[in-house]
Amino acid sequence: MDISNYLYLSIILFTIGAVGVVIRRNAIVVFMCVELMLNAANLAFVTFSRINGNLDGQVASFFTMVVAACEVVVGLAIIVTIYRSRRSASVDDASLLKR
Amino acid sequence: MTTSTHLVYLIALPLVSAALLLILGRLADKWGHLLATLVSASTFAFAASEFFAMRSRSGAARATTQKLFDWISVGTFKVDAALLLDQLSICFVLLITGVGTLIHIYSIAYMSHDRDRRRFFAYLNLFIAAMLLLVLGNSYLNLYVGWEGVGLASYLLIGFWNQKPAYATAAKKAFVANRVGDVGLSLAIMIAFAQFGTVSFAGVAAGAPHASSAALAAMGAMLLLAAAGKSAQFPLQSWLGDAMAGPTPVSALIHAATMVTAGVYLITRSNFIFDASSTARLLVVIVGTITLLFGAIIGTAKDDIKKALAASTMSQIGYMILATGLGPIGYAFAIMHLLTHGFFKAGMFLGAGSVMHGMNDEVNMRRFGGLNRFLPITAITFGFGYLAIIGVPPFAGFYSKDKIIETAFNAGGTKGYILGICALLGAGLTAFYMTRLIVMTFWGTPRWSRDEQHPHESPALMWVPMAILAVGSVASGFLFTSGNSMVHWLAPVVNPSGAEGGAELMKPIVVSLLALGVVVIGVAYAIFKYRTVPVEAPEKVTVFTRIARRDLMQDAFNEAVLMRPGQKLTTGLVWADYSFVDGLVRAVGFTLGTSSQAVRKIQNGYARTYALVMLVGVLALVATIWMVTL
Repeated sequence: MDISNYLYLSIILFTIGAVGVVIRRNAIVVFMCVELMLNAANLAFVTFSRINGNLDGQVASFFTMVVAACEVVVGLAIIVTIYRSRRSASVDDASLLKR
Repeated sequence: MTTSTHLVYLIALPLVSAALLLILGRLADKWGHLLATLVSASTFAFAASEFFAMRSRSGAARATTQKLFDWISVGTFKVDAALLLDQLSICFVLLITGVGTLIHIYSIAYMSHDRDRRRFFAYLNLFIAAMLLLVLGNSYLNLYVGWEGVGLASYLLIGFWNQKPAYATAAKKAFVANRVGDVGLSLAIMIAFAQFGTVSFAGVAAGAPHASSAALAAMGAMLLLAAAGKSAQFPLQSWLGDAMAGPTPVSALIHAATMVTAGVYLITRSNFIFDASSTARLLVVIVGTITLLFGAIIGTAKDDIKKALAASTMSQIGYMILATGLGPIGYAFAIMHLLTHGFFKAGMFLGAGSVMHGMNDEVNMRRFGGLNRFLPITAITFGFGYLAIIGVPPFAGFYSKDKIIETAFNAGGTKGYILGICALLGAGLTAFYMTRLIVMTFWGTPRWSRDEQHPHESPALMWVPMAILAVGSVASGFLFTSGNSMVHWLAPVVNPSGAEGGAELMKPIVVSLLALGVVVIGVAYAIFKYRTVPVEAPEKVTVFTRIARRDLMQDAFNEAVLMRPGQKLTTGLVWADYSFVDGLVRAVGFTLGTSSQAVRKIQNGYARTYALVMLVGVLALVATIWMVTL
């Protein structure tokens, strides 16, 4: 199997994630899309590691996972707080910055 | 050169007294005038003792100095705050403190009804201190401090009754006109520093013979400008007439006897500059001659007794300035006329004050007349002053003014003739306007209402100073000229090289006869013309009279040539500031504001929009990198 297919999959996953972030309103879904983009990037890292025959890409993907874990903690906390105060998980409702 | 440790008390005494009276305020109301007068008198006594001490010394030891402290010490440039009392300054110190004390005494009675009398005396003492500093400073910079101090005192005293807006304006006018002159003095000091590296009189005098003629002429012109401002000389003369808004004793002390003669002092003190520059001397005689005629012509048309005397002061100082421009021999005559003028003009101003005192502060001479029967002492003392100023022998003015006319003729050539004839003409005009003043005030039939006016002689506190000044008007001229005492006394300061006057064009007796001739013509014409005096100033007069009544258009000239264009310039500058400078700033603000308003719309608060923008940005970045690497 051609190893570049992994890269195509990574691109597709990333695109799905990016489009999801832009068009979905529910904060949880947006959040999951962000995770999807991160994992697409991880897949690309691992693939490149395989292509180049060294471990650099894999090390980078571990870093990404750690950062993603932290981000989940902070992000979910924010979403829960917003939901508590506004009774809504829609990202469009939290648009106070423009005023 | 003798050193002294107590010269400073001459200045410190009146200064402390002024400060005390101003700080204590109403607490000092009861005794303030007495303290001020006492201080002034003790300063005079001190000055007199200094004078006799100086007379007992001889030669170079006569000049006394006192160093107070290092004032400015920068690198090689050093200015000490130091005092110098020499043959020239002692004349002024005696005049200032002597006439000053008499006027203090006079003012006790004259200002007795004024609730601010204490403040008046505080200002008088402040003036005395500043004027003494002016004549005692040993450098131009020290002189400058006193110069500004008398300007301040003059401003405060002209505007003493500043509840009347016109008087406050007159004070401001005097201050501004003086300021123009002060620019001249500060420029002269800068030239001295640039040229000689020092500003002390001795240092400049030592350097003057080696300096370039352009620098000397420039410094002389600037000193002349300063003198013109302070001494109300052409073209800065217009403030003196309005300065008569001040109480009459102020007019007598500051605007007749002392402060206005500071310009003559400045030029005489700077004799080394003017001796070395014929250009500067020429400017001085031109200014002096113009002013002596200018003032005399204004004097012939004024109905306000104080303004007529002010015009006369201007004219007489013109004589002094003329004399200072006539070379080394002229300075002594200028100082001599200054001293005699200090006596007779101060005396006449006090006389005018006494008349006003008796006439409910009326100043219009057309509403006087026949006052000699009601104010006999004033009439007599004023009469002595009158005889002195028109130059009737043996009164003071005869000696001092004739010397100036004689020296003017002896200047030589066409210049000598022009100056001499102008000076003679001025003497004739002086005789005319002073006779007019006397006739309108003291002679003729009363033109005042007997119901409203009750003219009465002034109290002794007022007439005694007048009488003393009248004695000075009689005797001073003879004292100064007998044996050329004044010339010899001043020679070490003003004529160190011992220069003689020019060749005698005419014998002194001829000049005296000529002068007496024009005086007789002036007096006779005035008596003839003012046999009857209409109460209202005649409307149908020649254009010349009309111009003279308006002070020879000096205010109109200043307004048209200086004030209006100045006003236009400032309005233009304000406009330019508003439209260009402010406009630039406002344009920056406006551009930023509107563009921010436009950019603000992007900030819609939707997290998804931001995410999209980020995505597009990243894509654009990646695309750019890709295209570059390809």
